Amino acid sequence: MSGNCLRTIGAALVACAIAVPSNGQETTPAMLAAAAKEGKVVWYSSIDVKVAETVAKAFRADYPNIQIEVERSGSERVFQRINQEYQSGIKNVDVVNSSDASHFIFWKQQKWLAPHTPPDVKRYPAQFKDPEGYYAAWRATLSVMGYNTNLVSAKDAPTGYLDLLDPKWKGKLVKSHPGYSGTSLTGTYAITKALGWDYLETLAKQGVQQLQSTTATPKSIASGERAVMVDGNEYNMFIEIDAKSPVAIIYPKEGTPFVTSPTAIFADAPHPNAARVLQNFLYTAKIQQLTVNEGGTRSLHPDVKDPPGRTPLTQIKMLPDDPAAMLPLVADIKKRYTALFGN
Amino acid sequence: MRVSPLANRFQRVDWTAPFSIALVVLLAALVLLPMFRLLLTSLRGDAGEFSLEHYRQIFVDPAFVKPLLTTLWTSAAVGVLCVVAAAPMSWLVSRTDLPAKRLLRTLILASFVTPPFLGAFAWVLLGGPNAGLINQWYYSLFGLKPFEAAPLINIFSAGGMVFVMALYTFPYVFTFVANSLDVIPGELEEASAILGAPAWRTAVEITLPLVVPALLAGFLIAFLQSMTLFGTPAILALPAGIDTMTTKIWSLFQFPPQLGLAAAVSLPLLLITVALLRVQNAIMGRRGYSVIGGKSTGTRLIRLGAWTIPALALFVLVLGSSIVLPYGVLLRTAFVKNWSAPVAGNLSLEHWRFVFFEFSQTRLALQNTFVLGIAAATAGTILVTAIGYLSLRKLVWGHRYLGFLATAPVAIPGIVLAVGLFLSYTQPPFVLYGTLSIIFLAYLTKELPVGYQQIGAALKSVHPELEDASRIFGATRLRALLDITAPLIRNGVIATWIFIFIGSIRELSATILLFTARTKTISVTMFDLRESNDWGPIAVLSITMLLITFAMILLINYFTEKRVR
Repeated sequence: MSGNCLRTIGAALVACAIAVPSNGQETTPAMLAAAAKEGKVVWYSSIDVKVAETVAKAFRADYPNIQIEVERSGSERVFQRINQEYQSGIKNVDVVNSSDASHFIFWKQQKWLAPHTPPDVKRYPAQFKDPEGYYAAWRATLSVMGYNTNLVSAKDAPTGYLDLLDPKWKGKLVKSHPGYSGTSLTGTYAITKALGWDYLETLAKQGVQQLQSTTATPKSIASGERAVMVDGNEYNMFIEIDAKSPVAIIYPKEGTPFVTSPTAIFADAPHPNAARVLQNFLYTAKIQQLTVNEGGTRSLHPDVKDPPGRTPLTQIKMLPDDPAAMLPLVADIKKRYTALFGN
Repeated sequence: MRVSPLANRFQRVDWTAPFSIALVVLLAALVLLPMFRLLLTSLRGDAGEFSLEHYRQIFVDPAFVKPLLTTLWTSAAVGVLCVVAAAPMSWLVSRTDLPAKRLLRTLILASFVTPPFLGAFAWVLLGGPNAGLINQWYYSLFGLKPFEAAPLINIFSAGGMVFVMALYTFPYVFTFVANSLDVIPGELEEASAILGAPAWRTAVEITLPLVVPALLAGFLIAFLQSMTLFGTPAILALPAGIDTMTTKIWSLFQFPPQLGLAAAVSLPLLLITVALLRVQNAIMGRRGYSVIGGKSTGTRLIRLGAWTIPALALFVLVLGSSIVLPYGVLLRTAFVKNWSAPVAGNLSLEHWRFVFFEFSQTRLALQNTFVLGIAAATAGTILVTAIGYLSLRKLVWGHRYLGFLATAPVAIPGIVLAVGLFLSYTQPPFVLYGTLSIIFLAYLTKELPVGYQQIGAALKSVHPELEDASRIFGATRLRALLDITAPLIRNGVIATWIFIFIGSIRELSATILLFTARTKTISVTMFDLRESNDWGPIAVLSITMLLITFAMILLINYFTEKRVR
């Protein structure tokens, strides 16, 4: 791992030297003064609304002169809103965070993003950031399965995706939607790659309750409305567990989709300096640790530690994401999925 | 008295005709332009060529045919349910000695002003098959376990959706029938009673035929209302994998939006509604009557006696389901940490703190909602008052078009209107997308029929003879209008303003396609929260919205009553 990190740092330094323009990457007094003059920063994010507001609150505490506005929706919805706004010439977004990493490839192709490498990102592993400095994985999570411990005993609980096809789970499952959630989309891509569409076709006959967000499904099983969750954010499960909700995480034996959520600054950001201040702030060890502790996310920051009690990533069999390979398939995945499960 | 001939002539020029023509043009732009764009877009292929491909797809592809059929049967079911519940309710209130009428009428008004999607939120918390509170009570009462026994209610179903839609649609039918009962001369029924017919026979053989037009009209309005709803099916039917036309159209706006298809799906909805409204017009036209003597007074009230209990039971069932339980569960949810757990040890102000001190959307959404509500209500009231006056008095050329154009939006589902506005105002020369203006246009257009109907009722109550008399004495049309008609319809105007305001602040189905981050309203903010199952903040915003609504009603009631005295 450390060798990997070293190589990464090297790659990052090279990338910086080559591609990143020389404008200030660190939060300088001049940048801060310009940001305070702009007075505001608009952050579109797909992270759970309460986690987003926790981060926003921390930002307000550090930068009382910059008002932060959070626009929270599912990744695919964030994508839809930004693209629709841009098509109509509306430049409202400063910084964006989405759990569908392929969005950033698309936006970069459109030349809508501004390169900016926050100081901390230089130390991030290379596979989690754009070599040209347009975006980096702000957070990561797993698209896990889970169950309500009052309704299902640990020994009866399913252990993987294929277990869910058992008739005994009919009418008890809840699932999020890849047309709404980037995490669900990334997970759907990984699952169909591992198990094929046949799997989802059979699963669709299990009377699955269809919700939208991967932040919603953990709340659904916590309330007892459904017994087993097909996919949901690991971080929301950690939040529920910390709140003593009767839920438990399942890391499916077929593998758990690993989902990275980059952030980036838009080139036409109406508050470009405030955007850079926020972007730098988001990747600091302090905020990374805050979102890990209170928001349950995984961090790619080398200094950040998982709180005790959380299964280390190294012990989980993961299905990696592959945004570049997924990008051309997104429309098809959504269409096929909707045909099976509805909207 | 000497008057300069020129000034006299100028004063006497009737400005009604040019004014009327200007109004027709304005309304046509407002209503017809978006629909025209809709039609054009639906007929265009990917390369911009003329093509019927979209239509072929929506009538062949089961992904479109099924939602259409679902929409038709569920809307019809809502219509039937509303008539079955509301017809006896309005008869009981208007013709019998039912107790607590004032309270019941107030609660029916409350059902009317409760945003339907808010009721749908509440019913998720009440009627979710496993965690829903009613089902929880049911399971514990009979010693059953969720998932093992069938739930008492499964709100996530077509039936659940119909039920919840009907709860907030029946007041339309109630109002139609109650208004109709109010103007039917009681003498006919009294004659029947004097001749010895029992009360039920009078009700069925005399009263019922007289209110058939109102019942049919009510049914059709309920049908159309249900068909145009977006929130309720999105909240209750989508989780069960059921699509309606509105949720289908909404899903076509996922990026990249399939505008041609969205337009093509919208048009059949439009045509169905237009056809139904023609039927309704035909019925009302043939069976319509006007009561020369005005409102009949002194109808003897039928004594219910032992029937009081079942009669009240009907009201308890309907109003309990539409008001008491939903409001109760929203209050409960707003003040507990975990909505599905028992209240004890669970009380918390956490959601209030979050919504009002942390959630950065709250202030902007409240502000946008108010600005839009006030703007749409004010502009809408001015517009419909002018239209109503010109068209109901049949004054000039164009009055037919005015009436038609003001009523036409009733045939345009909110989401269809939004598709039309989106197509019309996202590209030059009129780029309104991203501003409140485009949402304002949606609200204004959407509320025209309601406002027109309201003001129409007020105008109809003023006999034109009064104005004619003043005209005979030499007053201009404008003077007659200001001196005679305006004071008489003042309360009607205020009522119209309230109706449009309330209709606007609860709007979701058009806003959902037109809002941007800067132009969010409370309703879409709540819808966003629904997609992540954040019920606590939803409950807090629901209560806030209801408080605003009821405060508006009380405030304006207070002022109108004071001015009348």
